[in-house]
Order: sequence, then C-alpha cells, then structure tokens
Amino acid sequence: MEFLLASAIGVMTAAGIYLVLRLRTFPVILGISLLTYAVNVFLFTSGQVVIGAPPVLRDGVTVYTDPLPQALVLTAIVISFGMTAVVVMIGLGAFLGSNDDHVDDQPEIADDQAGGTS
Amino acid sequence: MTHWLIAPVVLPAMLAPFIVLAARYHIGIQRVFSIAGVVTLIAIAAGLAWGTADGTVMLYLLGDWAAPFGIVLVGDRLSTMMVLLTAVLALFVLVYAIASGWDDRGRHFHALFQFQLMGIMGAFLTGDLFNLFVFFEVLLIASYGLMIHAGGDARLRAGVQYVLFNLIGSTLFLFALGAIYAETGTLNMADLANRVALIGPEGTVGIRVAAVLLLLVFAIKAAVVPLHFWLPSSYAEAPAPVAALFAIMTKVGAYAIIRVYTMIFPPELEATAGLHVQWLLPAALISLAIGMIGVLAAKRLDRLAAFSVIGSMGMVMISISLFSPAGIAAALYYIVHSTLAGAALFLISDLVRIGRGNLNLTPQAPVAGAALTAGLFFVGAIAMAGLPPLSGFLGKLLVLDAAYGTDLMVWIWVIVLGSSLISILGFARAGSILFWKAQSVAPPEDAPVRMPPSTMSYVAVGGLISLLAAHTIFAGQVHGYTTVIAAQLFAPEPYITTVLETQGKLSKPAEDH
Repeated sequence: MEFLLASAIGVMTAAGIYLVLRLRTFPVILGISLLTYAVNVFLFTSGQVVIGAPPVLRDGVTVYTDPLPQALVLTAIVISFGMTAVVVMIGLGAFLGSNDDHVDDQPEIADDQAGGTS
Repeated sequence: MTHWLIAPVVLPAMLAPFIVLAARYHIGIQRVFSIAGVVTLIAIAAGLAWGTADGTVMLYLLGDWAAPFGIVLVGDRLSTMMVLLTAVLALFVLVYAIASGWDDRGRHFHALFQFQLMGIMGAFLTGDLFNLFVFFEVLLIASYGLMIHAGGDARLRAGVQYVLFNLIGSTLFLFALGAIYAETGTLNMADLANRVALIGPEGTVGIRVAAVLLLLVFAIKAAVVPLHFWLPSSYAEAPAPVAALFAIMTKVGAYAIIRVYTMIFPPELEATAGLHVQWLLPAALISLAIGMIGVLAAKRLDRLAAFSVIGSMGMVMISISLFSPAGIAAALYYIVHSTLAGAALFLISDLVRIGRGNLNLTPQAPVAGAALTAGLFFVGAIAMAGLPPLSGFLGKLLVLDAAYGTDLMVWIWVIVLGSSLISILGFARAGSILFWKAQSVAPPEDAPVRMPPSTMSYVAVGGLISLLAAHTIFAGQVHGYTTVIAAQLFAPEPYITTVLETQGKLSKPAEDH
C-alpha cells in the first residue's frame, strides 16, 4: 500500500513537472492539475496510512486514522479546483486576445505591445 | 479575550461581499464604503499596535478552542506593525485609485481590494501554518482579479504567468506542510517551535527537506533571485494602484521568513544549520545586484519600478539572513521604507503615463504636469536609490552596520554600495530622459492634448512621500521600536507559552461552566 501510494505521488509529480515545463497554456494547466493531485495524495498520507480504521472517536475501537490530513486535503482540493478554474479563464482570455498561448514572454511581441497599448 | 484581534480580517471580509451585493452598480457608494472601511482598519490597526507595543502577545482563539487543536490568531509587535503598515498603505493607494479613475475601468475593484486586504491581514496575524497557506490563497485569488483589472491583452498574458507561477508556489507550500505534519504531527507555529527542537540529530532528513521547501515558497513570495521571474511582468502590467498595493505582498514573504525562521527553525537549530547564511544570504546579494542592474537596463518606467522592488527586497533579505537582532531590526526599518517608496514609484510612473500616454524611456514631448511629477519622481528616486537625506539612506546604513564584523561583510558592503551606484545611474538616466530631454523634442503635429493628473492623485502620492519623510525624521524612534521587535522575536518563549497555555472555554472541564 505504501509503495503504491509513494509511486503514484512520484509518477504524478514527475509528469506534472514535465508538463509544466512545456510552456504552452494547456499542458501547463494539465501539469499543475497533476501536481495538485500528487500533493493531495501526499497530504493524505502525511498522517500515516492506516487501512480500514475510523477517523472519528467511537465506542469499542482502539485503532484510529488521523482525521486532520483529511481535513487539510479537503481544503487543498477546494482551493486548487477553484484556482484551476481561474487560470483556465484567464488563459482563455489571453489566448483569445493575443491569439498565442505561450506562457513565457515573447520578446518581439512584448515590445510591440509595449509601444501600442500602454 | 478581546475580539479586536480578528477585526482586521473580519471587517474587509464583511465589507467586500456587501460592496458586491448591495452597491454593485454604484461606484460612488463603493468608494465611500471602501474608504470608510480602510480608515476604520487604520484605527483598529493603530489600536492593536498600541496594545502590543509594551510586549503583550495578544491571542484570539477561534471558536474558543485552545491551541494546538483550534486555530489561533496571534498579535505581537511584529504582526501588528505590519498590519498597521498595510492599512496605511491601503488608504493612500485607494485614494489614488479613486482620484485617477482606475477603479471605474473594470468591475469589482473595491470588493477585490477589500478581499486582498483580508488575505494580507490574515497572513500577518495567523499563528498556524496551514492557516497561513489559506490566507496566502485568499490574497492571491484577490490579486489575480486585481492584476487583470481593466483587461487588455498584455495584462492578461502577464496575468497568466503570474497565476501559474503562484499556483506552483502554492503546490510547493502544500508539499512543505505535508512534510512538516508528517514529521511533527502539528502545524501550529508555537507547538512546532517546541517539537522541532526535540528532533534529534539523527532524524533530521525530513524536517530539513520541509524547511527548505518552506523557504522556497516564501522566497517566491519575496521575489528572491532566482525565484523572481514572476515579478517584473506582472507588476509592470498590473494597474498602477494595484502594483502599489502589491508592494506589501513581497513583504508578506519577508514577514513569513522572519516569523518561521526565528521561531520554528532558528539559526542555532542543528536540523537546519547552514540554511540561512549559506543559501539565503548569497541569493539575497544576487537579488540586490540583479534588481539594481535591471533598474539601469529597463526600457520602460514601470519595469524600472518593478526591478527596484526586486532590488529593495534583496536589501531586506540580506539584512534578514544575517539573523541577528541588529539585522532583523534593520530589515524591519527597511521593509517600512521600501514598501512606501515602492508604492510611491508605481504611482509616480502612473502620473507620467497619464501626462504622456506611454512609459517608454525614449525622448518624447514634455509630460503634462511635468513640474510636479518630475519633483515627485526626484524625491521617489532619491528614496529608492538610498541617497541622503531620505530613509533609504538610513535603512542602508543600518543594514551595513548590522553586517559589520560578519564573515561575509566584504561581499555585503561591496554589493550594497556597488548596486547603489548602479541604481543611482539608472534613476538618473530615466529621470533625465523623461523630464529633461523632453524639452528638446518638439511635439508632433497631431499629438492629442493631454490633461495633467488630478489634484487628488498628487495628494495621494504626496501623502506617501510625506510618510517617507516622517519615516526619516522619526528614524530614531522607529528604529528603536524595530529593535524592540527584534528582541521579542529572538526571545519567543512568551509567545509560545501564551499560545499553548491559554485555555479555551470549551477545553475546560465541564463543571467550570
């Protein structure tokens, strides 16, 4: 179980970082989504992996799993979901406006815009 | 338990939805509420700063749950000073935004502005690392909206970079928090300070990784080279009042480094030995050099201001990474100065844009309202470059003095003084192109007649400049206070015991009710 979780985190992080380095909006957003999945699983395991144990106090149970990481993961999921939605909208706006989905600065274009719009 | 400590978070949090829901189509009402909110915020912040000035640590237990089980807000001298600085900066920025009409060029400026304040205030006041993450996200979400306020292709493109960079930063933050929780089982800062100290020298791998990850996250926020790449485009393309407010955002990173690396991972801690001097200090020195070279190389005035922010953050980080009481005291003095000076520079570059149409550093016909704008630019440049008589000079002197006698003293002195010279050249070049060479260029025939900026805009910028002057005149008192703050930071026991030993109503035995 630990091996499965650890390798899942590793693979998702590696794939995420690779995609983030692609410098086009769509792969970068996918890469960031993968990174957030990886971090969610990582947070989930940070309180030790216990299988089949309840997180809330109950009569007659002695083995519990740590409930706090689950709460942290919920917060992280909500925030990263919202953030991804925001960046998709802004990226779409930028793409439709300038007809270019590069994430990095394009020197010649940047200079043209500097003279034209500001 | 006083409830005032949470007021700087709750007030903007209530005001922002009210502005969206009730005053959506009435910019006048929005302006009134926004200004009233910020003025109230200054009053509350001043009250909190007054209450903690004698060294009391204010504590607010949310839901009356005792730490480390509940979330706490903690106000000590450092956090209340930063809250006060934010509130004062916000007032002048808001006045400028209203006077120049920036707030009316897109929707929801005032609501986002209040949410931004909520996030910044919360980040300064929280006593819990996960809560710090949440408040970082609050201020970032609001800043995404503010950053692309009023739209435009160039701004949207810069906005995409800004958002993506910060998303990666947030992911790193979560990795760091997960690692810290796995190692220690707590995320409360005071509790962490106790538990990290207990980790033996053989088990430091995990906590060392976590400390470095956390430092990376805060360094992204503070725009320390080589993690500064998000700053120049986004600050230059953001609307000027927003960029001016962002001047405090880099300081949130600096604040977090000061807080976490004096209390949880202090320099004498074996687990993270060498992190501060071997890594942070060289990075800070390079930031200062790169920032000031950027000032000299910038082709546009707004980029120049953005690079000067990087440079001044480098100066702040040099002073912080000495991790001595004198260094922290100097850093805090310089933080106040660089926030005000950076904000003033962004607003001044907007004054130039109003009077000239663009910000390219090429000789063009004179700027409308040149006399006053040029005067303000002159004062702002003196402050940012750190020439006497303004507070930049005193701040730099304090940093140099704090560095005197340390191992890397030669490097620090050479880079600080050398980069000052470069930045003076950069500012002098920009000023002479903008205001002097303009006299020798005839305006083109079809040039539109440009109106000088409104009087209230000048009042807002002048207000920031006069605060800088006050920061210089009362330098003795301010530096005295920052020295006391540093002393409190290096003796964190009262902070830790206040947080951990205050009992909440709910955690007392039942018969007490």
